[in-house]
Amino acid sequence: MLDLADLRKSFPATETGGARVEIVRVPAFALGAGEQTALRGESGSGKTTFLHLIAGILAADSGRVTVDGVAMTSLGEAQRDRLRAQKLGYIFQTFNLLQGFTVLENVQLGMAFGGGVDKARARELLGRVGLGHRFNHFPNQLSTGQQQRVAVARALVNRPKLVLADEPTGNLDRVHSRAALELIREVCRESGAALLLVSHDEEVLRQFDRVREFGELNEVTR
Amino acid sequence: MTLPLLIYRSLRQHALSTLVTAGSIALACGLLMTVWMVKTQSQEVFTSTNTGFDAVLGARGSKLQLVLNAIFHLESSPGNLELSDYEEIRKHPAVRAAIPLAVGDNYRGYRLAGTIPDLFTTVEYAPEKAFTLQPGGAFFKLGTREAVAGSFAAAQLKLKVGDTFHPYHGLNFNEESVHSETYTVTGILAPTNTPADRVIWIPIEGIQKMSGHAAASAGQISAVLIQLRSPTAGFALDQLYNKQGNRLTFAFPVGAIIAELFGKISWFDQVLTLVAYLVAVVAAASVLASIYNSMSARRRDLAILRSLGARRRTIFGAVVAEAAVIGALGAVAGFAVYFGLLAGVARLIQAQTGVVLEVFAGHQVLWICPLAMIGLCALGGVVPAMKAYRTPVAESLSPVS
Repeated sequence: MLDLADLRKSFPATETGGARVEIVRVPAFALGAGEQTALRGESGSGKTTFLHLIAGILAADSGRVTVDGVAMTSLGEAQRDRLRAQKLGYIFQTFNLLQGFTVLENVQLGMAFGGGVDKARARELLGRVGLGHRFNHFPNQLSTGQQQRVAVARALVNRPKLVLADEPTGNLDRVHSRAALELIREVCRESGAALLLVSHDEEVLRQFDRVREFGELNEVTR
Repeated sequence: MTLPLLIYRSLRQHALSTLVTAGSIALACGLLMTVWMVKTQSQEVFTSTNTGFDAVLGARGSKLQLVLNAIFHLESSPGNLELSDYEEIRKHPAVRAAIPLAVGDNYRGYRLAGTIPDLFTTVEYAPEKAFTLQPGGAFFKLGTREAVAGSFAAAQLKLKVGDTFHPYHGLNFNEESVHSETYTVTGILAPTNTPADRVIWIPIEGIQKMSGHAAASAGQISAVLIQLRSPTAGFALDQLYNKQGNRLTFAFPVGAIIAELFGKISWFDQVLTLVAYLVAVVAAASVLASIYNSMSARRRDLAILRSLGARRRTIFGAVVAEAAVIGALGAVAGFAVYFGLLAGVARLIQAQTGVVLEVFAGHQVLWICPLAMIGLCALGGVVPAMKAYRTPVAESLSPVS
């Protein structure tokens, strides 16, 4: 499902007078279909950049990322956008819901740029995450846990092959964190999506059978 | 569904600035359409208004003043001519009808015009349109102190058949210069939408022999309104009175003389049009500024949309379309401004000249202007759209873990 090799990314840094500093150098990483893997890593270790590279939000300096058999790194930006819209779901730590849109609209936007909007699917998924009665509410009318559930529904509504979750429980308390994680894993399992989750929370990581150290994966921080 | 949703939600989120900006577009669009319509309509209406006459004969002086005074009942008379001059032209073989006109008095600011009943019975003020009276009225008879009021004057002065009034001396109302004669209203003219509506018509000798007027004026008139048998006859009379003679002025053709007036004041039109164009540009710039200023606040939303797979060109298109929708909202509201303004201006022009502008008349400017405004707004949206297009996704999805 996900296969990457020699992935590198650097940014110009002010500390070095504008010279580029390498943030990510991952020789190899793979994730099978339906597989759920957690990456352990400290803040600032380049985990988010790594996920952005996989999602095609950032273009790699070099290397190859293949998602569901498509070499994302060889695609132009518009094609990467399309691939992301069709095959990827992304859950952010801060949820990144659009505040001016209703719950239902937020979820519909998760499939609007891919294969088209399926309102029934959006409603069904919101029902699945326990928000069937909140379609027309706005994000600021929801609790933090409910907002996270909307984000989960949005990430999964386009039936992605791969779900990327960046500290998805970082803004939740212990009780909500556990529930949200269970929900993400369960919905991914039901839809057959592979899950790559990054976190530095041991409580979260303990629930995964397969946990990789990002520090070992990323040669920059090794 | 996505693009309309993005536009709708964005407009809702910035409802106040949307309203203010659309309001400025409405004002600009309405103003532009009003200026254009007043300009074109008034030129059309004024140059085609001749109250049924081809020419005016009057004392030596300005043709324009003569036409304004005799046809539009504006301005003062350039002077008087003798009754013999009237008789002479009346009998000219090229003249179909000649109606004498004497002015010099008013009733509460509305001009009294002395004439003969033939004006109402033999002349059509427009093709196949003769003067008619409102029910219950009658035209005045010569040698009496009877009056027929134009419809607008009667409405403004609340005159009705049977009412009496004392004329005032001069063309401008001065309460102290009242004449002793008492006139009785015998009829109210049906509306003609011509300057005749603003006049109170009385028998010609009423003006000539009004108490306090100079004795010499008894044998004089202010102008002669002339209908020609053929347009070419006008050129012969022009030669006769204007080039060979030096005592009288023959104003012909009436429409061309009024067109000269519009030519003289075309700079004013141009200034008005320029102001309206500037207002339109400022309104479009306000769309640019309004959306551009909101871009910083929308940076994160745009990045989220991009992270969901929205392409740069989708974002670009959404911002341009949003600007165009603001333009469209403004253009629609602009019609309310337009109808309000034009109705006001039309009323003013009617009150001043008797000429009526048609508020609901169609013209190509009524679709060109709104479309141009929408286009201009869309153009104004390009700058913020470029900013949106360039939004760095990863940086804007802050805070990062």
